[in-house]
Amino acid sequence: MGLFGSFLSKFSRNRASIEDIEEFRKLLIESDLGVGATEEIIDLVKKEKSENLENAVAQRIKSFLSDKPREISLHHGEVTTVLIVGVNGTGKTTSAAKLANFYKTQGKKVLLVAADTFRAAAVDQLVTWGSRIGVDVVKGSDNSDPAAVCFDGASKAKNENYDLLIIDTAGRLHTKSNLMDELSKVRRVIEKVTPVNEILFVLDGTTGQNGIAQAKVFSESVPLTGMIVTKVDGSTKGGIALATERELGVPLKFVGVGENIGDFKEFEPDDYISELFT
Amino acid sequence: MFESLSGKLSGIFGTLRSKGRITESDIDSTVQELRTALLDADVALSVVDAFLERVKDKSLAALPNLKQSTNQSQEIYNIINQELVAILGGAARRIRFAKNPPTVIMLAGLQGSGKTTLAGKLAAFLKADGNTPLLVAADLQRPNAVTQLTVLADSLKIPVFAPEPGNGVGDPVKVAKDALKFANEKLYNLVIIDTAGRLGLDEELMQQAKDIKAAVNPDETLFVVDSMIGQDAVRTANAFQDGVGFDGVVLTKLDGDAKGGAALSIAEVTGKPILFVSNGEKLSDFDYFYPDRMASRILGMGDIQTLAEQAKKAMDGASAKRLEEKFIAGEEFTLEDFLEQLQAMKKMGSMTKLLGMLPGANNAAMKKQIDSLDDKELVRTQAIVQSMTPEERRNPKVLNGSRRARIAKGSGRSVTEVNSLVDRFAAAAKMMKQMRSGGGMPAGLAAGLPKGMGMPAGLPSGISGKATTPKKKSRSGNPAKRAAEEGRS
Ligand SMILES: Nc1nc2c(ncn2[C@@H]2O[C@H](COP(=O)(O)OP(=O)(O)OP(=O)(O)O)[C@@H](O)[C@H]2O)c(=O)[nH]1
Ligand SMILES: [Mg+2]
Repeated sequence: MGLFGSFLSKFSRNRASIEDIEEFRKLLIESDLGVGATEEIIDLVKKEKSENLENAVAQRIKSFLSDKPREISLHHGEVTTVLIVGVNGTGKTTSAAKLANFYKTQGKKVLLVAADTFRAAAVDQLVTWGSRIGVDVVKGSDNSDPAAVCFDGASKAKNENYDLLIIDTAGRLHTKSNLMDELSKVRRVIEKVTPVNEILFVLDGTTGQNGIAQAKVFSESVPLTGMIVTKVDGSTKGGIALATERELGVPLKFVGVGENIGDFKEFEPDDYISELFT
Repeated sequence: MFESLSGKLSGIFGTLRSKGRITESDIDSTVQELRTALLDADVALSVVDAFLERVKDKSLAALPNLKQSTNQSQEIYNIINQELVAILGGAARRIRFAKNPPTVIMLAGLQGSGKTTLAGKLAAFLKADGNTPLLVAADLQRPNAVTQLTVLADSLKIPVFAPEPGNGVGDPVKVAKDALKFANEKLYNLVIIDTAGRLGLDEELMQQAKDIKAAVNPDETLFVVDSMIGQDAVRTANAFQDGVGFDGVVLTKLDGDAKGGAALSIAEVTGKPILFVSNGEKLSDFDYFYPDRMASRILGMGDIQTLAEQAKKAMDGASAKRLEEKFIAGEEFTLEDFLEQLQAMKKMGSMTKLLGMLPGANNAAMKKQIDSLDDKELVRTQAIVQSMTPEERRNPKVLNGSRRARIAKGSGRSVTEVNSLVDRFAAAAKMMKQMRSGGGMPAGLAAGLPKGMGMPAGLPSGISGKATTPKKKSRSGNPAKRAAEEGRS
């Protein structure tokens, strides 16, 4: 990303002028970091001795990040269940397929569940991905109960010794309380069969400050264990992922960088921070 | 949308309101707070700065002319409101139809912005006006986008042109071209082309969009944008403007609570009008964009006009007309009318969404009530009315203690609930009388609200904080407008 570029090193030679600070603030705001995090960093830049600046800013950003684990830990000999959730169109289905492929190429036995029975052709979309990457897909019929499909998927995964079960759910706006209730029901039903180990919130990287509200409300109906930020291959800086992690402490785990199955990376905080300054 | 922004602005104006005489430094601090509020709402930084500069200049210029006697904060509010409306596009524009049909509408936008669903909604919306739309599946990229559009079209009983299976197979430029030929032969007067989502940075796909556009020469190219988008809105809108070129904007997912500052940014930066909004899961959740409504919504005035229109739409034509005639003729508004309106409201769907349009719906207490409210409330109210005899519904004055007890028993509700309903009805009927000059908010809507939210009490969240006390004679039925007419002070 190189968000800060050589901007900060400029200040290590001269003190930052008012114009410099304004320009820096603009950079941060325009990356969707939000007013709160931006002002926190700006205050630091104003106060900190110039020699230490890069280091101090890096430390501060690090402090925004959660120290919870970012890997999905697979339990040997039992199925690990991952539920993919988020608002409409953020990239859930694509991410579910990418994630399945990511583990399949590591030799894991993966099962996908198409539990978006609401949107037209959503099931077919995942089925198409499944056949492209050679992963089995459990599906229900359109408009059937998503919890029932999940139950079937979970039972199959358990009985047939899959390593990983990945469930794609329908997009839902966090403001729809009935749909949020549906989501907690889906989780409860799966847990009758097997524990839900990971609930990943898919955040569209172009989202603005509303991202925080989304994640917050989702985390109130199901306990989020991580985030996937998508579409950061575009012109967005994706700062909302950082802002959301800072606010809610939900760790960013994966990053979607394109429409192809392989356009998917694990999030590495240290690399990310050092890239900010290049 | 804009909810939290409205909330914040209500706060800012509250402070301003409490000052009798506004000074230069009041304006400075208002501008500072507006700045944070707008940034939190994802308005692009450059737009925020330009906007605030204009607001500040105009406010300072107005300051010496503000008379001691007038409500000075109202004047400042008006300046902000006018600036907002100006950016949001002045008067609402409609689709431009081609002189020689078919009219061609092409949709373009980022991945996941909601184009495919929108294609269906737009087609249905324009079909209701007597057009004969053809949907065209030219998103051959995303897995099963073609199937999605086909399923949508079928459920809407709208023909779809989908000669290619998609999933990476087929040439979208050819599909678009062939669709036009097909429409000409079959005499469809409207062609709506769904295209694949693409990033502004993706030169190859931007070129493809350009090629589609060149092949069909659309009458309207619409840029479809998710209302939750952040600061990238400006970069992306510029990239689409330069790469493809568009004539208008459609905002999607407005039923969320994103503050939607992108609307402001895109309108300001591209100068293109926002034509439509998409605001719900149902295919009918779609409407024209009204800059003035949006502006008053931003400023915490609520969106009464949309509310009233939705109410009207939901009632079936005949009963709406009958009620309107009754209303104009000055006939008594009865509990039967009330029930009819309640049923209409139920048809309209989510209460929560409706209530969000009410003025004052942004303050915290109100918000809590709204959030905790569900459709069950409506069902309970309906049960009470249905347990009344026709006579009681027409003339609630006969409702004495024993009748109320009977109704409570019949509907399975408490007497207190029955009492409160009757009170709310009385307030609504009174309101109805006062609003009698057409186009106003149906009283049933007001009375259907839970305690404390009935219309008169719910109204006065404007700048004055005082209840409107409508006088007789011609006034706008729209409370916001009426407030302006009365020079609310
Ligand atoms: N450029 C880019 N596009 C992506 C990425 N992830 C997903 N997309 C695209 O975004 C669009 C929406 O993706 P989906 O996976 O269907 O999103 P979803 O969240 O499942 O959508 P709904 O189920 O409708 O809520 C598709 O066109 C995807 O190809 C990404 O990382 N980069
Ligand atoms: Mg999906």
